[in-house]
Amino acid sequence: MNVKAKIKNNVTHVRVLAQHPMETGHRVNTQTGEKIPAKYIQELSCEYNDKVVFLAQFGTSVSKDPFLSFSFEGAKKGDLIMLRWNDNTGDTEKIEAIIK
Amino acid sequence: MAISRRKFLTISSTACLILMAPLKTLAVWSSAAFYSKNLDDAYRNLFGSTELIESYRIKLKVPKIANNKEAVPISIKTSIKNVESISLFVKDNPQPLAASFQIPAGTLPELSTRIRLEQASTVTVVIKSDGKLFSKNQKVKLASSSCRG
Repeated sequence: MNVKAKIKNNVTHVRVLAQHPMETGHRVNTQTGEKIPAKYIQELSCEYNDKVVFLAQFGTSVSKDPFLSFSFEGAKKGDLIMLRWNDNTGDTEKIEAIIK
Repeated sequence: MAISRRKFLTISSTACLILMAPLKTLAVWSSAAFYSKNLDDAYRNLFGSTELIESYRIKLKVPKIANNKEAVPISIKTSIKNVESISLFVKDNPQPLAASFQIPAGTLPELSTRIRLEQASTVTVVIKSDGKLFSKNQKVKLASSSCRG
């Protein structure tokens, strides 16, 4: 997961790029003719000061390697945010980023 | 009137659930809404209603002709106050609900992401605020596949 957080006029702008196949479960492997099982991120959250400031819930219509940008108020330069996703197979990834 | 043990437990546990409800502010991933196969079912399962108010206070930025249907950039911004959630729907996708975003107080009601379009379709954004549902639509066509490598 790549995260960039920048503060400007008391508003923190966050950009996230998560590496994930986002398989819909509808696609078929052309060589074997078998369906490729669904594997997609269901929730992606951003926490600041142990409080959720943004929560994204995804279905299968979100692109591969999901991109997100959002903004929240109240943080300071040098503070930490924590991003976390979990997918439908139970995989998760967690990463911290410093607000610049 | 004597209250039986069973009745007491039912009443007290119900009361507990009601009292605890306000603590749970963020909605859980709604499988019923995400697995819905058509728009109205998705609205009903996510919001409990299909009554949408079309609003010009929502800015929905999505290309009229998408070059790559696997990654269509989309941006949403609104001047509506007290936004609780922003949800994205693609009418003709197998599962129309693409994403739903919870916006707690202090988070701005604006975001960008990228979504897939199975075919040319209408993209709808629904914003929940003060118990009302505001929406904005835009049709998106696909650039002919021969234009891509």
